[in-house]
Amino acid sequence: MHYAHRPDYGALMSEPLLQAVNLQCERDKRILFRELSFSILPGTVTRVEGPNGSGKTTLLRILAGLNDAWTGGLNWCGASIAGQREAFLRNMLYLGHRPGIKPLLTPMENLRALMAGRRPVSDAALGQALEGTGLRGFENIPCRNLSAGQQRRVALARLLVADEPLWLLDEVFTAIDADGVKALEALLQQRAAEGGAVLVTTHHDLALPGMRRLILGAGGSFDER
Amino acid sequence: MWQFFHKLGSPKWFFGISTRFMPWLLAGGLLLLMSGVIWGLAFAPKDYLQGNSYRIIFIHVPTAFMAQSVYIMMASAALVTLVWRMKLADVFVKAVAPVGLILTFLALFTGAVWGKPTWGTWWIWDARLTSMLILLFLYGGVIALDRAINDEKSAARAVAVLVLVGVVNIPIIKYSVEWWNTLHQPATFKLTEKPSMPAEMWVPLLLSVLGLYLIFGWLACVRMQTEILSREQRTRWVKEFVTKGRV
Amino acid sequence: MNAEARPAARLASTSVGALAAMKGVFARDMRVAFRQRQDLLNPLLFFVMVVTLFPLGVSPEVSFLSEAGAGILWVAALLSVLLSLDHLFRHDFDDGTLEQLVLQPQPLFLLILAKTLAHWVLTGLPLVMLTPVLGVMVHLDGNSIAVLCLTLLIGTPVLSLIGAIGAALTLGLRSAGVLLSLLIIPLYIPVLIFGTGTVAAAAEGASVGAYLALMGAFLMLALTLAPFAAAAALRISLSNG
Repeated sequence: MHYAHRPDYGALMSEPLLQAVNLQCERDKRILFRELSFSILPGTVTRVEGPNGSGKTTLLRILAGLNDAWTGGLNWCGASIAGQREAFLRNMLYLGHRPGIKPLLTPMENLRALMAGRRPVSDAALGQALEGTGLRGFENIPCRNLSAGQQRRVALARLLVADEPLWLLDEVFTAIDADGVKALEALLQQRAAEGGAVLVTTHHDLALPGMRRLILGAGGSFDER
Repeated sequence: MWQFFHKLGSPKWFFGISTRFMPWLLAGGLLLLMSGVIWGLAFAPKDYLQGNSYRIIFIHVPTAFMAQSVYIMMASAALVTLVWRMKLADVFVKAVAPVGLILTFLALFTGAVWGKPTWGTWWIWDARLTSMLILLFLYGGVIALDRAINDEKSAARAVAVLVLVGVVNIPIIKYSVEWWNTLHQPATFKLTEKPSMPAEMWVPLLLSVLGLYLIFGWLACVRMQTEILSREQRTRWVKEFVTKGRV
Repeated sequence: MNAEARPAARLASTSVGALAAMKGVFARDMRVAFRQRQDLLNPLLFFVMVVTLFPLGVSPEVSFLSEAGAGILWVAALLSVLLSLDHLFRHDFDDGTLEQLVLQPQPLFLLILAKTLAHWVLTGLPLVMLTPVLGVMVHLDGNSIAVLCLTLLIGTPVLSLIGAIGAALTLGLRSAGVLLSLLIIPLYIPVLIFGTGTVAAAAEGASVGAYLALMGAFLMLALTLAPFAAAAALRISLSNG
């Protein structure tokens, strides 16, 4: 993998990980947002806000590279994302609306499959991650026998073995109980302290100290506080 | 160069320029097609084997020829859609696919009509007719996929992939169908070699092919303009066009 | 949630090799399929039933069946592969694992190749293995059955590969199944023609080496081009969803 502009591996960086320049997205002849420019710095948690239909999920899917119906520029570590897709994907973790969990497989098998194309992770580490999300004793039960919240926790267990510096989390608080929400909030906070960058959308009332907010207005406006 | 390319891709620019040369396309096309068909039907000599029934080739051959070249044109536009994302190329594919379908159907229909006196049956599983039938399926698939996808950008790109997959397959299909059934007349009309039919027959045929090309060009422009108006209905230039009647 | 297991946030430049990633995809698909074994039987049952319809619907006479048998089996195999294609990406799309597949830091066409290979092992290969039995039932002679199995062995991967393009294009659409058939059947015609043509040539005592080589060429062409087209189609369909 070659970066056009080689970042300093291992160090906490002060330059933006991800930069959006004049992003515009149109869907079904309706402009979701336009002239959207922002930078995601390491060590920050950013909450994407806006009413229903303002394009929060679409924005996250665009940033992850799942949606390509946009114009404008997207930079990863200072260079256009287009030429370094695999390097970007290696360093980005996306959790979407759909949990990405096979109901027929056990939590352990699901995690193994999810990590198979990324990097080798020992079963012990995966087990520890499942334990960390409160799934101890459920490791070898097919996910379809778990509750919606537990299935969501399987997906979240990935965060506990993740070394990717950028996390894009879409509605991850859905179906999680109060204790789980608290733990997840703490995790995001801790992640920022470790130098990671987190972008999150949620209807849950999330307020972390130092959290940035990216507001998508219904008319396509943008406001960063 | 890029500027020109970009301009060429602008629906507004196309709308203006096409309005200017459309009447010429239609007039020239009608003139050529009429003279070709009238010459062919009324004045060209009788075929010594098939008598007068062969005269349907003045309609059959141009439609069959066009049906295939429209697919090739669509494939070129599809490539442009995928590589350069030019809006106009999407519009072209979407606008001409039904035209190609109708041309293919006409070619099949005239082929069947020609088949009745020649082979004594409406339909025969001859290699060229079968290839045309498969081409009809390909056009049908393209149109069905386009209708099934709501978002027009996704539709355009999905259709482009399908058209390109189809165009890779067309020679394979043609070759395999010919292998499957070698009992057919050799192709009537080849540009590379001197035609074996007398000039009184192939000149009107060439005229009607050219005429149909021009009429296709006109029809493509009409359909593209309609499509552009519906896609760009929110833009200022379309609103002005609708109220003032000009671009 | 405690976070002891998690490594620190830093940029990484390497990931698992593409071959390991393909193995992961293949193994996961096989495992999922074997958790729901009933679904594996469906295309096979369909295959047998379609073949059964011909003696019942047309004629049970040995002369008809031995002549049309290879064609009947080929058409039935083609239809059962077509029937199973709808599932190739649909479940993964619905549960979100397809998104995660696309987001793996790997060339997508290789991952799709692995998925398609799993699809063939789970549907095409069992069809080939069942063919001798059905071949006997439609009164094909031993040589014809052997050649038929060979053509299906080379031909069914082509069906899976081309089918993957259609499955990717119609992902998430209403009435995707019917649409998929409309898009894909015309593209299947050359394989069908050469598959049955080869058996016919063998029955006449001709040498079939050249025809099999030609089918092998189809397979190579499909192997090299179809995964790219399917990858492009998949990105488009996901972008829409």
